[in-house]
Amino acid sequence: MHILTNAWQERIAIRTLKGRPISRGQAEGEALVTTQSISFLGSIDPDTGVVFEKGHELEGEDVTGKVLVFPSGKGSTVGSYVMYQLKKNGTAPAAVINRSAEPIVVVGAIISDIPMVDSTKPDAIDTIRTGDRVRVNGTSGAVYIL
Amino acid sequence: MYLTQEEESILEGEHGPTLKKAMEILSTLGDIYGADSLIPVKSAQIAGVSYKTIGDAGLEWISDLEGTVVVPSILNPAGMDLERWQEMGVDAKFASKQVQIVEAYKRLGVRCECTCTPYYIDKELAAFGDHLAWSESSAISYANSVIGARTNREGGPSALSAALIGKTANYGYHLDENRVPTIGFEVDCKLTGADYGALGCLAGAQAGSGVPMFRVRSKPYDTELKALGAAMAASGAVALYHVEGVTPESGQQEFPEETIIIERGQIDDVFDEGCGKECGNGYGEGYKNGCGNEPDLVALGCPHYSASELEEAARLLEDHTPAKEVWICTSRRVRDANPDLVRRIEDSGAKVFVDTCMVVSPATDRFGCVLTDSGKAFKYVPNLCGVRARIAHINECLAGEDSD
Repeated sequence: MHILTNAWQERIAIRTLKGRPISRGQAEGEALVTTQSISFLGSIDPDTGVVFEKGHELEGEDVTGKVLVFPSGKGSTVGSYVMYQLKKNGTAPAAVINRSAEPIVVVGAIISDIPMVDSTKPDAIDTIRTGDRVRVNGTSGAVYIL
Repeated sequence: MYLTQEEESILEGEHGPTLKKAMEILSTLGDIYGADSLIPVKSAQIAGVSYKTIGDAGLEWISDLEGTVVVPSILNPAGMDLERWQEMGVDAKFASKQVQIVEAYKRLGVRCECTCTPYYIDKELAAFGDHLAWSESSAISYANSVIGARTNREGGPSALSAALIGKTANYGYHLDENRVPTIGFEVDCKLTGADYGALGCLAGAQAGSGVPMFRVRSKPYDTELKALGAAMAASGAVALYHVEGVTPESGQQEFPEETIIIERGQIDDVFDEGCGKECGNGYGEGYKNGCGNEPDLVALGCPHYSASELEEAARLLEDHTPAKEVWICTSRRVRDANPDLVRRIEDSGAKVFVDTCMVVSPATDRFGCVLTDSGKAFKYVPNLCGVRARIAHINECLAGEDSD
């Protein structure tokens, strides 16, 4: 209990995470955090922004307007285009934070004008909680928990 | 990563939004992979062409781009023969979307020759030491390994970005230090034809994204090297390999200490896998068109057949009608350059399709089991088409009714 309280206090104290800029621009939104990698193709419905991948931690969640925090991309390179389609349909996440960026999500974020950072210190997945209000600066790499 | 003044100005949007995005993609990937600068490329080969793979998402993106490629650029196979799609059994809605995709690329100045073997249609696209931005996995492997050119495994958008800018980021297989073999394979038997695809299925799974070096007892033809590389890019993520005494860079490389021995029995096992023999070993579930013990489609030309492979098919089909439906895939250019071979093949009842292949076409999905001479198709058809597959030598693939 004592340790948990300390960890909680530590988290309150961390308001700024410093990451690597990947895709330019700034955005703000409610965080949606998962410890599982995401394949945009065959996982997120481009019309609704809802995760439909069976068994995924985010199954049933809507990524629309969220700051999507996940370890890395995976799966088909078509995932980049799915991110573009989400953006055009108004169902894209507001911003993306990855632990370690890989080309599918990087390219998807850039072509879709979705701000993105990775490799934050401290680690975004350990620090940010689903529901936190988060601002992402994809140009400087900074992430603010508001 | 260092950018020149001109590259910086493109990144700042002074040359329009399409080039700005292209430069962002190249420079960000360069930063992620530790590139020092951008380097000029000789050509680009762009994946993401079949409507089956990229769907409306990809079509929208390509249609929104504006600009003109500045280096020779060529497309990967589409989802259908652009002329004979009805014969393949492709529906009109798919065909219309597929044509829109090809037209969108054409508007950007991309040559709408859809093939995974660009090296057969234009020698200018890749020569020894050239830097390239190619994205079809078997073409990458062939360019790096057999031609001695240099390319990473580009995605569709990064290859198109490279085509628009004329450059790519200098990392990975562009650099000497990443072309050194990491794992050796000593093949303990003589190989011929489809054996090389079977070997690729085994070696790719072991090599992962490493650089294999082979010691083989027979001297492979270039078409056999094509089959080996294609299979390794499908069963693993191999982009470059060397064959001792055969491939152009092998003389500069030392055979790795970590070596795996491959024996005849292991190659034979690959031919015994899949449908047609047993239906229990993981091939029983998840396939849409029933158990299908007997292959009902023979699909050859993955990667696209060369003129010499078409010639062998024509010879094998000389005096009989094949027992099953046969598709032979090649590039439009190779077909047009060899009308006699095509006529001889089609006189037997087999069909020669161009611009497409059995892996990326929705037409394959209606069959129960595909028989192929390709290790790559053998690996991909079950996953991408939901159809079983079996690998066999070309003479078995093209046999008549009575020769089983």
